[in-house]
Amino acid sequence: MPGSTTLHLKLHRPLRATGDRPAVRRFLIGSVLVFFILFLLLPLVVVFQEAFSKGLAAFVETFRDPYTQHSIVLTLVIALISVPLNTVLGIAAAWSVTRYRFRGRSLLITLLDLPLWVSPVIAGLLYVLVFGAQGWLGPWLREHEIRIIFAVPGMVLATLFVTFPFVARGLIPLMQAQGMKEEEAALTLGANGWQILWRITLPKIKWGLLYGVILCNARAMGEFGAVSVVSGHIRGKTNTMPLHIEILYNEYQFASAFAVASVLALLAIVTLILKTRAEWRAEQELRASRPSITP
Amino acid sequence: MRKRHVLPGFGLSLGYTLVYMGLIVLIPMSALCLRTFAGSWGHFWQTITDPRVLASFQVSFGLSLLAALLNGVFGVMAAWVLARYHFPGRRILDAMVDLPFALPTAVAGIALTAIYAPNEWIGGLLEPYGIRIAFTRLGIFIALTFIGFPFVVRTVQPVILQLSAELEEAAACLGASRWQTFRRVIFPALLPSILTGVTLAYGRAVGEFGSVVFIAGNIPYETEITPLLIITKLEQYDYPGAAALGFLMLCVSLVILIISNGLQAWNNSRNGTV
Repeated sequence: MPGSTTLHLKLHRPLRATGDRPAVRRFLIGSVLVFFILFLLLPLVVVFQEAFSKGLAAFVETFRDPYTQHSIVLTLVIALISVPLNTVLGIAAAWSVTRYRFRGRSLLITLLDLPLWVSPVIAGLLYVLVFGAQGWLGPWLREHEIRIIFAVPGMVLATLFVTFPFVARGLIPLMQAQGMKEEEAALTLGANGWQILWRITLPKIKWGLLYGVILCNARAMGEFGAVSVVSGHIRGKTNTMPLHIEILYNEYQFASAFAVASVLALLAIVTLILKTRAEWRAEQELRASRPSITP
Repeated sequence: MRKRHVLPGFGLSLGYTLVYMGLIVLIPMSALCLRTFAGSWGHFWQTITDPRVLASFQVSFGLSLLAALLNGVFGVMAAWVLARYHFPGRRILDAMVDLPFALPTAVAGIALTAIYAPNEWIGGLLEPYGIRIAFTRLGIFIALTFIGFPFVVRTVQPVILQLSAELEEAAACLGASRWQTFRRVIFPALLPSILTGVTLAYGRAVGEFGSVVFIAGNIPYETEITPLLIITKLEQYDYPGAAALGFLMLCVSLVILIISNGLQAWNNSRNGTV
């Protein structure tokens, strides 16, 4: 029962000498609670309260509107294209930087993170400069009557850009910590690369992978700035849910804007629950995969 | 001494990653750089020293710094409470920290506006005292604080969890008060991670768009952020101007990324974490 003793110790560890005084404790918990309520809880409550401010009928009516329905479909389509593409990329990138040592490896890890720190507006701007009417490929695209900017392909590209790092970021620390002993063992037993990937690595990383995919999906469905720059806001054509929220809001249809927003807020809550669970499972499996060495 | 790669798939996985990243990220970025350098240096300078642009820098970079500093204070407090104290609801609070990551920025933007607009939730309470939040710089500050909050908590929390209890016990044995222990023992160990978190929060806030545009009011010279100015220039088909501003912000992002990597390396060397 070493487990129960450590638990016991943990519960009673903050003793006088290294614990905080009750007054300090109460002050810290109190201020953090106030901050959480003001900054995190209140926005969520407001979204749902405003969404139903004109009653359930108005709420339902919002989703009868064909433009709203179209924005929901387009959001799903963009997520369905970009999330799988970035998932495959994330696995390939994490595999290459955690399984091999090569020159430029740390630069590659940094570059994988880059899109997170680039303003979403600039992500959109990049594609306008390449594919827009005055862009690099603009004249050629016009000749061949291919529309990328102010059309769905541009929105997919912008979403790919901003959601690019999530899966790789979730996998790299996990795969680094897990090591590759099992993979090497499989290799000596005669497995080929794909067999190792399918039978050994993917089962090992599934919770970390799920974690990355969930975050990638949340961002893909909720992206506003980057998509806004390349979409052109054509109702019923290039309007995703976040863009539709903006249009409704600017037309003073507040209840409808918040009704659409409440769906995305619900998605955020589900994302947080799944993410917490996946994180917990990934941690558990990592602990289980490590040989238990007690000092 | 050259170690061969043991596992298969090196060429395929790295090649795929590089090609994909080249197409989606690197080629568009080089397009931005080339577009900026294609114009004359004079025009670039003229664009970025335009009074309206300079005012937007002040709003974007200045308010982001203030918001990141506020997050430094509350982020460390929240990380400490979540890592050290056990109380009912702790796990829910812990999961809620990431809400600004998960909530789409447009949703956050209209929700914050609804809270702080005059005659609304908190805005209505403050209105009689002459304090206006929405459609002023204060509103931008609040939106930037909201979206930067998870960064400090999530970089400091693991370091607090890994602090060895022996250090604090030794300090207590040597007669240090709790406050002295915090100031002399705990805080120096946390400092690299706090700075990393503040830098990341700053980096995120500088480029933020969705959660800010609704609450900002977007008055030129007053509450106009640089990303919005880029969109305005694009809508006026001023591509060289938009590219110049975009290039400048891209450089700022790169510098922030390099600084945060350096801080993270410092943090790892000090605390021995991966």
